[in-house]
Amino acid sequence: MPKLGDVAQKVRSKNAGPFWLTVDIFCGDKNAYKCVVEGFSTLQVARIFRAEPQLIKRFDIPDLNVVKFSLPRPKTQGASADRDIHGASWAALLTEAEIGTTETRSKK
Amino acid sequence: MVRVLIPSGALGLDYDSEALQRGIAAKPDIIAIDGGSTDSGPSYLGRGISKYARSSTKIEWAGLMQARAEADCPLVIGTAGTCGTDSAVDWMLDITREIAAEQGRPVKVAVLRSSQEPEQIAADFDAARVTPLPNAPDIDANLIASCSNIVALAGAEQITEALNTGADVVIAGRTTDTAIIAALPLQKGCHPGGAWHGAKIGECGALCATNPQSGVILIDFDTEGFTVTPLADGAHATPHTVSAHMLYENSDPFILYEPGGHLDVTNAHYRALDETSVRVIGSMWVPSEQYTVKLEGARGAGFQTVLMALLREEHYVANAHIWAEDIVEKCSAKARDRLDVTSDDFTIEIRLIGKTASFGSLETKHVIPTEVGAIGIVTAKTECLSGEIAKLLNPYMLHHPLTLEEEVPTFAFLFSPAEMPRGEIYEFVLNHVLHLENPMDAFTLEVHNLA
Repeated sequence: MPKLGDVAQKVRSKNAGPFWLTVDIFCGDKNAYKCVVEGFSTLQVARIFRAEPQLIKRFDIPDLNVVKFSLPRPKTQGASADRDIHGASWAALLTEAEIGTTETRSKK
Repeated sequence: MVRVLIPSGALGLDYDSEALQRGIAAKPDIIAIDGGSTDSGPSYLGRGISKYARSSTKIEWAGLMQARAEADCPLVIGTAGTCGTDSAVDWMLDITREIAAEQGRPVKVAVLRSSQEPEQIAADFDAARVTPLPNAPDIDANLIASCSNIVALAGAEQITEALNTGADVVIAGRTTDTAIIAALPLQKGCHPGGAWHGAKIGECGALCATNPQSGVILIDFDTEGFTVTPLADGAHATPHTVSAHMLYENSDPFILYEPGGHLDVTNAHYRALDETSVRVIGSMWVPSEQYTVKLEGARGAGFQTVLMALLREEHYVANAHIWAEDIVEKCSAKARDRLDVTSDDFTIEIRLIGKTASFGSLETKHVIPTEVGAIGIVTAKTECLSGEIAKLLNPYMLHHPLTLEEEVPTFAFLFSPAEMPRGEIYEFVLNHVLHLENPMDAFTLEVHNLA
């Protein structure tokens, strides 16, 4: 299965204040956008971050070919258990996650 | 129309001087620059200090004070000194005083203060005037009172008050990033949705355009919307770069909460005017029934000492986790045994760079690296205890064997002494809003005439 980073142009994560993390998936074009919208679920994001799925906000933005997720920060920014003050490295976990494309899903 | 010149996303990040000159020639009505945010972590707010070098801040601020004089318009900085506490505002005022003397030009400075008394905010919490935002930590009045610094984020109303003093320069404590840009357009009757939306697009300087490092942008606000133009050579704004900027560090790309209401850009329309400028209309401002300001607070969370060791031998690189867990267990037991302390008084953690330092147990990629960096982190209630436990940890990180049978290993220490005190550490404790009867209730304003 392809990884999200193989399909999307760029995945970026940043703090949205000290208590929230936001991840922007820039798909690049319509095909990649469709692939991500259909093949990358909110539940998958919840599993990756061990977050409560109902707390994750998801925005599919066709005008920008962007899928955006916002979730409570895994640890509050700068708390002693936090490992990344600016929250930018978290994107790598999504970039390396496998994405179920429409084709691979229909084969199952 | 109101023309706002924004030199960069933050004072301390530098700006393109040629582009700034172009901005001055365009006769702006105000120059606005942000001085900080929470993005660098709780220590700056906890200690009430700037993250940027004083020298850089002074050079860049002197350039902007000169630009202000040439453009004959006010200059405003929001969230002065990274965190916007009174101490950071005083630091900025001190720098301003030095520059005014050096430039030989009298300057009227309005100072807007945002620091709050923790005891007062604790009382407000008990009186239900402090309410939580989504994913706020569970707190009580005692915890609020233990904060070393609390600031309230001023909005456009408080910045307008400061501008109304007729000041040449406004030094504001903590404000929302947008308020310093939106205030004048709002006061002059520009479209409210356009004022806040343009302010959000402009608050990071040229980050909303190509060549984002160039900094300087110009935004024209009017009764329908706004037009954004980056001023550096080779920088272009396009409908895509401008609309995509709403994603940046925002948990919701369409809604932005501000004191007194929220911005909704769901129906905003972005149009290229030419190769450089973008016109935006259709943004909406929705006033709220209650006037609230967001609070930020930080408090001491213990004292930290760190040590670093490098593991290069294959056997230890492959088994670094077992090694680290064993050290933490044995050293914690020794600390309890020798120092008359309990587990509540300290924590010892070892993070393994090259393995799981970034994500801990969330890591999904597992490979054997060439070497592993081990960071020992001791956090304790007092500085003395933190240092003492770090010294207990030292011989483990230098010599701890995986098994008793093998020869005692020696790992690489990078420094002597190996223990690096980090002083007091801080944590953010507030993600709340404070309800106000009048916008100025939590803020104070003073005027200084600098000669």
